[in-house]
Amino acid sequence: MEVIERDSLDELFEALRRRDYTTVGPTLSQGAIVYDEISSTRDLPAGWTDEQDGGTYRLKRRDDDALFGYAVGPRSWKHFLHPPVIRLWQARRGEAGGFEVTEEPDDPPAYAFIGARSCDLHAIATQDKVMLEGAYPDPVYERRRRNAFIVAINCTVAGGTCFCVSMNTGPRATSGYDVALTEVIEEDRHYFVAEAGSDRGGEVLAEVSHRDAAAGEVEAASAGVERAAASMGRELETDGIKELLYRNYEHPRWDEVSERCLTCGNCTMACPTCFCTTVEDVTDLTGETAERRREWDSCFTMDFSYVHGGSVRSSSRSRYRQWMTHKLATWFDQFGTSGCVGCGRCITWCPVAIDITEEAAAIRATDGLGSAEGGADGTSTRDR
Amino acid sequence: MVPEPFRVVETRRDTADTWTLGLEAASGAPRPRFGPGQFNMLYAFGVGEVPISISGDPTASGPLEHTVRSVGAASAAICAAQPGEVLGVRGPYGSSWPLALAEGRELVVVAGGIGLAPLRPAVLGALAESERYERIVLLYGGRAPDQLLYMDQLERFAADGLDVHVTVDSAGEDWNGHVGLVTTLFDEARLEPERTVAMLCGPEVMIRFAAQAMLDRGVDAGDIHISMERNMKCALTQCGRCVFGPTYVCREGPVMRYSDIDRFFSLREV
Amino acid sequence: MAHPHAIDELIAEVGTFAGLDGAYLELIAGCGSTTGFDAGSYPFREGDPADSFYLIRHGRIALELFAPARGQMIVSTLGPGEIVGWSWLFPPYRWHFDGRATEPVRALVFDGACLRNKCEADHTLGYELMKRFASSMLARLQTTRVQLLDVYGKPDV
Repeated sequence: MEVIERDSLDELFEALRRRDYTTVGPTLSQGAIVYDEISSTRDLPAGWTDEQDGGTYRLKRRDDDALFGYAVGPRSWKHFLHPPVIRLWQARRGEAGGFEVTEEPDDPPAYAFIGARSCDLHAIATQDKVMLEGAYPDPVYERRRRNAFIVAINCTVAGGTCFCVSMNTGPRATSGYDVALTEVIEEDRHYFVAEAGSDRGGEVLAEVSHRDAAAGEVEAASAGVERAAASMGRELETDGIKELLYRNYEHPRWDEVSERCLTCGNCTMACPTCFCTTVEDVTDLTGETAERRREWDSCFTMDFSYVHGGSVRSSSRSRYRQWMTHKLATWFDQFGTSGCVGCGRCITWCPVAIDITEEAAAIRATDGLGSAEGGADGTSTRDR
Repeated sequence: MVPEPFRVVETRRDTADTWTLGLEAASGAPRPRFGPGQFNMLYAFGVGEVPISISGDPTASGPLEHTVRSVGAASAAICAAQPGEVLGVRGPYGSSWPLALAEGRELVVVAGGIGLAPLRPAVLGALAESERYERIVLLYGGRAPDQLLYMDQLERFAADGLDVHVTVDSAGEDWNGHVGLVTTLFDEARLEPERTVAMLCGPEVMIRFAAQAMLDRGVDAGDIHISMERNMKCALTQCGRCVFGPTYVCREGPVMRYSDIDRFFSLREV
Repeated sequence: MAHPHAIDELIAEVGTFAGLDGAYLELIAGCGSTTGFDAGSYPFREGDPADSFYLIRHGRIALELFAPARGQMIVSTLGPGEIVGWSWLFPPYRWHFDGRATEPVRALVFDGACLRNKCEADHTLGYELMKRFASSMLARLQTTRVQLLDVYGKPDV
């Protein structure tokens, strides 16, 4: 492990720029801390933190100048890896009633993500499974993902809605990064304990002024991460959660949450693992050219499950249930992991403060309620 | 994955709202191989793209066939396409009817309405090797006599050894056939539950009712295969719309084994 | 009139009467005889007195209703092994549909009043028959309800 003084951190940006990376990281924008293109430490929200709770997000000044003293904001890295809007192809009418399709040239920049939290690293790994494994890897995601350089930050501050500890996804980054930093602020010092997670990470670090970390410095960094781990805003009991939800498809809690849920889809926009999209086929007024665009979509829309005649999931109850059971249960059967990384964004950005951890706990506390048949596992509550 | 231009070489109106199109690759490439039950994404230029089951004969050569019902903008545009016009085709995608599982047993195909279209390739495939099956039975229910598909062909299939029984939900006096739900054909067809491997396709209500009627008679849930329908935009397991419990209808389906999915199939709005 | 023994053998084979005691089969057979109809003929018409019911052995009978400007509408067809007619069980004992043989029909016909009287005299027979008739009616009601949903029709947009 090495130590990089705060004042040397800009050398990291320079080293990345020399390698033609487009550096992206947290910055202040419209009252929140979002990930956007940044060029130096001056763009980081130094001295800011966030107060998060159900349906609540406020920025607050810290009493120090920490560069990464906050949790995650409304954007996640999927904004860059899985773009919200992208044109897939254009088509032109040709001779004899035919048409010709031209795939959209796609030459995305090589991104360097500065300040990726462990929960988000797990989210990226989860989206890698969704987008890259299987019979049809997504080339749009692949082109952005293959070159992405990741500088992780080990959280020393836990957000008000964080529960990465419950999901085993943090706060310490354990894999999926090129460089990992832990920020330490002491009375008279401000430094980063750094380690490489890959060969190219090591090469970049070598170009940033550093020295070997002393034992006390490594301990200080660890202590910071442990403080974060001990102050999680939320908890989610994950033991047997897939079977729990499979058993409770007809639980009355779904009716209750649906009375609050606006089906606005904020959760799906903010969630770093949600990946659903729609496709728009459009044509110009002459009808000579057409194009297809892919855009983020949400399972909360009526259109999402539309088959001729109506939506399969027309009630808000069924749509909330779909989102939560996909995220916490069926995701396991599809991808081998949970879909939730405990980042808390869905709780913070829900306008009516619906809390996935609270919903899961409520169902667990009254497992089997209201269902004679039990639900999707075929057992009956009478058998238990 | 982009749509491949395919030219309409023939079109036939089956009923008031259903057409069968024959397509050939504009590039001249041979017809792609497909399994019975698979679907293509058909694209009408500038209008939209919809999943349509392939309804043609997988064992014979000839154009790529799709029977399409006009229910929305894209399907209406596809139905209206005339010979010479070009549509986009992506595919084939999805799972196939497992004919091999019916070998040595009675293959019972139960189709409702437009549901006969995705089953036609299975029927044709089975008839081409009819000696592999004890019996091939088609139970077909439609809305009314003028809304039945492929009636001219069914007579030929009967001559080829297909045990065909047809019913409609309502009819006038010039109909001398059966009137009633397709499950009321089970007795007439002398259904043998323990010998039966069933393949069902049609509106979900009809599938549920027919599957239950078969289970009530003793057909094993593992011997019933159904075709699921969900919203599909990408057919590549990426847009997430066709998620059905733990499965993707575009990949684990549309043909699914009843015993694999019945716990989700019996839930509403999943 | 066919020999009652032959009839009770015939009805024993039919699902509706399966499992009935031999003595009861004879009782029921005593109310029955064989009959037949040409294709296109009408064994009964809506409004006719319903004093009998049929058990189809071969062929098919269509239940129809006539409406002005729409003509004859078939609501259901019944085939081999099925009972045609329930209206003999309850007042006003009138057929509620037309019945047309869509192909040549061979059937057993049972005297409704005869059977009703036997059921009144022997409630066990009555109960056994009612159970079986109710089961047939239930099955038919269930399929008819799904038929009414018009699932193959285009949903209203």
